[in-house]
Amino acid sequence: MTPGAANSDVRVPIASSDDVVIARQKGRALAAEIGFSASEATLIAAAISELARNIVKYAGSGEVRLRHDGDGMLLMVARDHGPGIPDVQAALRAGFSTSGGLGMGLPGVRRIADVFEIVSNTGGTTVTVGKYRR
Amino acid sequence: MAVPILKQGDVLIASIQLALTDVDLVMLRDALVEKVSNYRTRGVIVDVTALDVVDSFASRTLRDLAHMIRLRGAETVIVGIQPDVAFAMVQLGLTLEDIATALDLEEGLAFLARANRQR
Repeated sequence: MTPGAANSDVRVPIASSDDVVIARQKGRALAAEIGFSASEATLIAAAISELARNIVKYAGSGEVRLRHDGDGMLLMVARDHGPGIPDVQAALRAGFSTSGGLGMGLPGVRRIADVFEIVSNTGGTTVTVGKYRR
Repeated sequence: MAVPILKQGDVLIASIQLALTDVDLVMLRDALVEKVSNYRTRGVIVDVTALDVVDSFASRTLRDLAHMIRLRGAETVIVGIQPDVAFAMVQLGLTLEDIATALDLEEGLAFLARANRQR
């Protein structure tokens, strides 16, 4: 398969810290498959780790979906039906955390993302992150 | 997955063999902090060569581990951070702050030997 031709669509159910590892490993594999460098694939794995951890921490369970848009972009969509993020702007500030963390997770992901969107309400949260192959 | 912890002289060496979950990382931190007193350790080396990803949780846990061990009177060195992992950490704005790092196990042992001579 030529790089970029993969049209994979991977769904990983997230409910535990084991699932966080599974999701980031699948993300790394998909990134490598569609031609991302090893460094970029590691970066993508780290981003997925942050997104999946937030699902476990704040919502208990949810799903991470990984997809190649066919144009060199890897899309990571983390979706849960948890309580939602009360203050999205605050959640994106480095150093802000409601969980006793350091608040470096989401801000870091946004820093490296080419596409970044959060939709959050009392019915749940969807974080969409896109990263282009360099 | 439990991380094997070896004792070599007055140094404890935790050698991570594969990807660790958040739960595994916290267990490793607690086990090392506990063992430092049991074995009257002067130094701790955490070999992260095989760690697939260092994200915000992993970097915080490694930092906490080193700070706790320092409070117990020993020094910690993180060794084996891979180039791709270092790249990702910098891109994500993650640091280990004041925690000592070294290229590999050998350099880590040399660092601890120097640190202990200065005491």
